[in-house]
Amino acid sequence: MSEVMIEATINGTARTFACDTRDSLLEVLRDRLGLRGAKAGCNTGDCGACTVRLDGDLVCACLVLAVEIEGRAVQTVEGLGTDGALHRVQAAFVAEDALQCGVCTPGFVVAAVDLLERNPHPTETEVRQALEGNLCRCTGYDKIVRAVLTCAGARDE
Amino acid sequence: MSEYGVIGTRPPRPDGEDKVLGTARYGADVERPAGCLAGAVLRSPHGHARILGIDTAPALAIPGVRAVVTAADLPAVEAAGARLGEGPIDLQDLRSNVLAEGRALYHGHAIAAVAADDERTARDALARIVVEYEPLPAVTSARAAMAAGAPVLHPTLHERRGRGPAGGGGLARGNVASHQRYRRGDPEAALARAPFVVERTVETLTVHQGYIEPHNVTARWTESGVLEVWLSTQGAFLVQMQLAALLTLEPERVRVVPMEIGGGFGGKIQVYLEPLAALLARKSGAPVHMVMSRAEELLATGPAPGAQVSVRLGAEADGRIVAASATLAYEAGAFPGSAVREAAACVFAPYAIENVSIDAYDVVVNKPKSAPYRAPGAANAVFACEVALDELARTVGLDPIALRLRNRADEGYRRVDGPVFGRIGLREVLETARAHEHYGAPLTREPRPGARRGRGVAASFWLNGSGRSTVRARVRGDGTVRLVEGSTDIGGTRLSVAMQFAEVLGIPIEAVRAEVVDTDEVPWTDATFGSRVTFATGMAAHDAAQAVQRRVREHLAARWGVGPERIERIDGRWCVEGGGESLGFAEVARALCGGEEGGFFEESATVDPEGVGVAFAAHVVDVEVDTETGAVEVLRYTAVQDVGSAIHPSHVEGQIQGGVVQGIGWALMEGMEYGPDGRLRNQGLLDYRMPTALDVPFVEAVLVEVPNPGHPFGVRGVGEIPIVAPPASIANAIHDAIGVRLDRLPMTPRRVLEALGVIAAEDEDG
Repeated sequence: MSEVMIEATINGTARTFACDTRDSLLEVLRDRLGLRGAKAGCNTGDCGACTVRLDGDLVCACLVLAVEIEGRAVQTVEGLGTDGALHRVQAAFVAEDALQCGVCTPGFVVAAVDLLERNPHPTETEVRQALEGNLCRCTGYDKIVRAVLTCAGARDE
Repeated sequence: MSEYGVIGTRPPRPDGEDKVLGTARYGADVERPAGCLAGAVLRSPHGHARILGIDTAPALAIPGVRAVVTAADLPAVEAAGARLGEGPIDLQDLRSNVLAEGRALYHGHAIAAVAADDERTARDALARIVVEYEPLPAVTSARAAMAAGAPVLHPTLHERRGRGPAGGGGLARGNVASHQRYRRGDPEAALARAPFVVERTVETLTVHQGYIEPHNVTARWTESGVLEVWLSTQGAFLVQMQLAALLTLEPERVRVVPMEIGGGFGGKIQVYLEPLAALLARKSGAPVHMVMSRAEELLATGPAPGAQVSVRLGAEADGRIVAASATLAYEAGAFPGSAVREAAACVFAPYAIENVSIDAYDVVVNKPKSAPYRAPGAANAVFACEVALDELARTVGLDPIALRLRNRADEGYRRVDGPVFGRIGLREVLETARAHEHYGAPLTREPRPGARRGRGVAASFWLNGSGRSTVRARVRGDGTVRLVEGSTDIGGTRLSVAMQFAEVLGIPIEAVRAEVVDTDEVPWTDATFGSRVTFATGMAAHDAAQAVQRRVREHLAARWGVGPERIERIDGRWCVEGGGESLGFAEVARALCGGEEGGFFEESATVDPEGVGVAFAAHVVDVEVDTETGAVEVLRYTAVQDVGSAIHPSHVEGQIQGGVVQGIGWALMEGMEYGPDGRLRNQGLLDYRMPTALDVPFVEAVLVEVPNPGHPFGVRGVGEIPIVAPPASIANAIHDAIGVRLDRLPMTPRRVLEALGVIAAEDEDG
């Protein structure tokens, strides 16, 4: 066990912090940086509740070692919108009632933002494929998929 | 169309913004108190074993380890039944489940717990605890546990009978904790005489609620000896009650603070980590935080029981059912108390049948103690009945919905378990399903070689629940209202409760905000279970609003010098009947607060209502079966449900869509698989597969509103019944597609190929 110093860009801001070499990115985000939007649902990369972007790519923060982010950029749900100025995906989730307990919601929001940046007009199937790595146990996905489609100006299948 | 101003609208949920921003605070997000330790649990690697000795000294010797506890640290408790919402449990059993004493009864049973400076140290220390086990043979199915010569889990179970849920008559012996019998008429004779008899026997595996947020707790003792607990729970007061009983404390010495909850579905009512954290905190003198891993969730919480269910139906040539019998054997898990009683109440409930017999067995097996899961007990039993009905429809040559309509129960029908139906919406539900475009839509039977499509239907019933709820309303001088309640909000009930309050007073929903508070702030409130919160807590909100309204009337009556009966409200403004001067709610509120905008007054109401409105649903599903791979794809799903009165239709749809998808998972992919050694094989979400967005279609929720006369706005519980029908509807659709019936859940590709005779059947006791 040893502590190392890491420099990385977190939600656009340069941060320097100490971490244990065994810490996951998820542990560092939550316990050292106070960013608790990403949730620990399984710690094995199966549920997607800890989905964040690392240099623009979706990752499960539970599967990334914190030391791997040295010099890289991490975007979490906290980097998308603010109180009163929601990201359009966040606004759509609220408007379409695309959440219930909400514990999976940050992961879905990050994954949906990522999809829409890569593919602004996804089909329903493309939305479902893009969200396949995120488990939701409350909504049956119906209103989540609809929320993403409404912010997308969706394409027919 | 609607007589209401607020009810039936779809305002955004007040917790939505925090949840999409990631700022909502769940139990694992609690700001830990200074000096907080991390706890971890040592669990039995055996499905069944005698514990010969536990040596905790090597763990305590590790630097950073602050405390270790075992069952010896738990005080003795009286044997007494406790009703935990929908699931009964004996307090001694609860204690033995929290920490094993003498015997480990299932793989994952807690043996000891450690608190250390950090989680890694705590987990490392677990490996240093030395436990000497004598492994015993394990039984993991009701059938095996009921067989002659099966290992007996609780040799003294039946000596304790009559005290708590273990009590029962009939054939209760060995691992059969209880045997309930329900009889009416002469079912044997009627079945012998019936020209048509169908029989189905089904088996279901243990399934998990699968909430995404694991169990968590933070516990500390104050200097005055009060235990404070922060966690995610469906019932703060039930946690308080359990902790007080297990730790022999006065309940008022336990303060439980419910955080946002990341799903529960019945699985977050019973305590698991909470007593361990409390004991560790007391022993170490420091606060303790604990969170379960996903493997611990699957191994050692409270899944829904697996079951073996047999159903026989006897019918006349016109499809009229003259007799029905059912045998229900439910796996309680390691301690008595499965939902088999509820299963017996549900199995034939939609149908008026003269001659009925039901035998319901609660069977202990070497699995974690089962817990409620969304309409507990119903899905397994209804699966058997509804596939049998499908078979009967084919046998007598009737449309499956027509068969159900012909046999349906109506208002005034007495169920075999006793209760008489009040106003119910079963006929409306079945007729709506039959008339729905989906039911008559053309189906391409063979869209391509090797692919077969079919359509299935199933009806379902659920009891719904009630219980005690209090709502306190603080009306401020600016006309806004803060409601406090003790009902954990899982499905959006802060809003559905606030909407009922706003409706009574004719004020905009934006003026009313409901909050869930801790056990010091509100009187005893039952847990969020039984689809009860919008019904019961909503009724408390209704009553509290009426109390506010009385105050408004009395004030205005005095002010205007008329009797209170002459005060009326027109378009949200109060006046003397016939018009004249009028005042809005905010103006009256300010006057009632002594003219101070910053002032407030309070009213509250407590209810424990009896007029529960039961729920019926009918589901229609199209599937495509790939006869080469055995994969079943759900193409289209329509769920028709009597929702009484939809307070917030989006939330009602969400409950139906979510429940149906859980039911699809139960039907097609989910099951906890135990090996012959009694060990759980699938301990993660890669192997315990739950539906993803790609596994399911949109689910069309069709809301039929037959108001419940037992509620001022006609509310019926809506949250649980949606999970009940999918295993049966999908099994019937698979049969329609490929002509064979699958009798075991989940209906995996392997099972489909076995049913088609493509591959040989697996050893059943594998």
